[in-house]
Amino acid sequence: MATNLIPKDETPGAPADCAISVRDLRVQYDAREVLHGISFEIPAGETFVILGGSGSGKSTLLRTLVGLEHPSGGEIRIRGRNYATISEPERDEILKRMGMSFQQGALFGSMTVGENVALPLREHTELDESTIEIVVRLKLDQVGLTGFDNYMPAQLSGGMRKRAAIARALAMDPEILFFDEPSAGLDPIIAAGIDELILKLKKAFHMTIVVVTHELASAFLIADRMILIDKGVIVANGTTAELQESKHPRVRQFLDRVPEPEISEEIDYLQMLTGETPPDRR
Amino acid sequence: MPLTETIGEATINGLAYVGGLAQLTGGAARAVFVEPFRGGKLRLGRAIHQAMAVGVEALPIVSLISFFIGTILALQGAYELRKFGALNQVANAVVVVMTRELGPLMTAVVVIGRSGSSFAAEIGTMKVNEEIDALETMALDPVHFLVAPKFLAMILMLPCLTTWADFMGVLGGAFFGVTAAGFTFRTYIQATLDALILHDIMTGLIKSVMFALVITAVGCHEGFSTGLGSEQVGRSTTSAVVKSIFLVVLVDLVFTGIFYFTAPR
Repeated sequence: MATNLIPKDETPGAPADCAISVRDLRVQYDAREVLHGISFEIPAGETFVILGGSGSGKSTLLRTLVGLEHPSGGEIRIRGRNYATISEPERDEILKRMGMSFQQGALFGSMTVGENVALPLREHTELDESTIEIVVRLKLDQVGLTGFDNYMPAQLSGGMRKRAAIARALAMDPEILFFDEPSAGLDPIIAAGIDELILKLKKAFHMTIVVVTHELASAFLIADRMILIDKGVIVANGTTAELQESKHPRVRQFLDRVPEPEISEEIDYLQMLTGETPPDRR
Repeated sequence: MPLTETIGEATINGLAYVGGLAQLTGGAARAVFVEPFRGGKLRLGRAIHQAMAVGVEALPIVSLISFFIGTILALQGAYELRKFGALNQVANAVVVVMTRELGPLMTAVVVIGRSGSSFAAEIGTMKVNEEIDALETMALDPVHFLVAPKFLAMILMLPCLTTWADFMGVLGGAFFGVTAAGFTFRTYIQATLDALILHDIMTGLIKSVMFALVITAVGCHEGFSTGLGSEQVGRSTTSAVVKSIFLVVLVDLVFTGIFYFTAPR
């Protein structure tokens, strides 16, 4: 298994205890900008929650952090290293030290659960098959899926699929673990189990955890710090207590679950998402 | 939109599409022929799995279709040849048309239906289920991981299937020759061997390698281009079949032209 940590940036002034630093990040799809200059820092070892409503840009932010979308401006630094300027092999090394759990699990349907977890080990390490088998069992134990290595993903329930996806994300012992909507689509009991698992992982491995969610109960339970994104900008950034005491109208609306005014036209919906007034209405 | 603008846009889109196919083929070729010599992994296990699906599992249907095509060719050939009292030339007609043209082409059409569509459906479903994204976040290149094994399997298996199809076509012709044209099985095969030249077989095999590249590139490209939603997978699959058949026929035309004008006279 890989043992090298993500190489730190040796540049003077680079923040030493910062896992991820985002500066003036902009992302656009074609001509439409969905993230408008976002900046924040995620200290190493903390659980950082990105809150936001549907279409707020939180999933785009997460996809950009893991390299699936390319910023149109600004920079992302992982352990001080600028993601945009490093070479492809360096980026691959960083990716190997990060784990990502997707909303629907994104397990490979043609492979068993065990093969899914083993895949990054087989591709990126020189471990022999018997060692890989032991590591797979260990990872499945950690997420409460002991004995499920020979099941196909289609045979698992939604909650079990998410746990299996977490086991795969843990396979390379990541320093940073990303979760996209870990509780989405799960009943409250299963969702509480996933929250508990995230807390357990943080306690056991002291890893940096970044969670995108709109589930308030879950967010306040697992977060050390959180940001609230609305229309592609950060409207609040702080600890859970600071967010709960915030007087910002959008934060209050989100936390107090106040509905948006009814949208009847497509143009109003786009305006709600982007926060931009259409040219013909200016 | 004016006609010239429509033609211009269609041309640019067509060239961009072919460029996309070339890029995908180049990436897969690099993963198969270059990367293993630079310490990269050649996923032989996945390639063998693909070769079984593309080649071995296609044998029954390719055999049956080629046999029937051979019989049809003999029937159609005999219909004209007997007017000139040249029914004994039917074996020549069957083997030349099978090896030069119908063997490679019919095999490619069957493989498009079985494997080209399946490549598009497999990769399209993976795209919709975020499995392609998952590969990228694990620092695994989807072209190396998914396309390269298919590429290797296709360029090895399609020529093999084509050779087998040529043989089955000759057997189909022999079925007619023996039952209705006064040949014995031995005389039919002897007439076939006399008519067979290496150039015919080689041109057919070169075409089949080109068809393999087209089928793999189009199937995978359509898979990667799948939009959001499961119904898009169906569209990608249909599109892969239609575009593959068109491009295979186009490539066939180009190579048949090249072989005609470069053949020794």
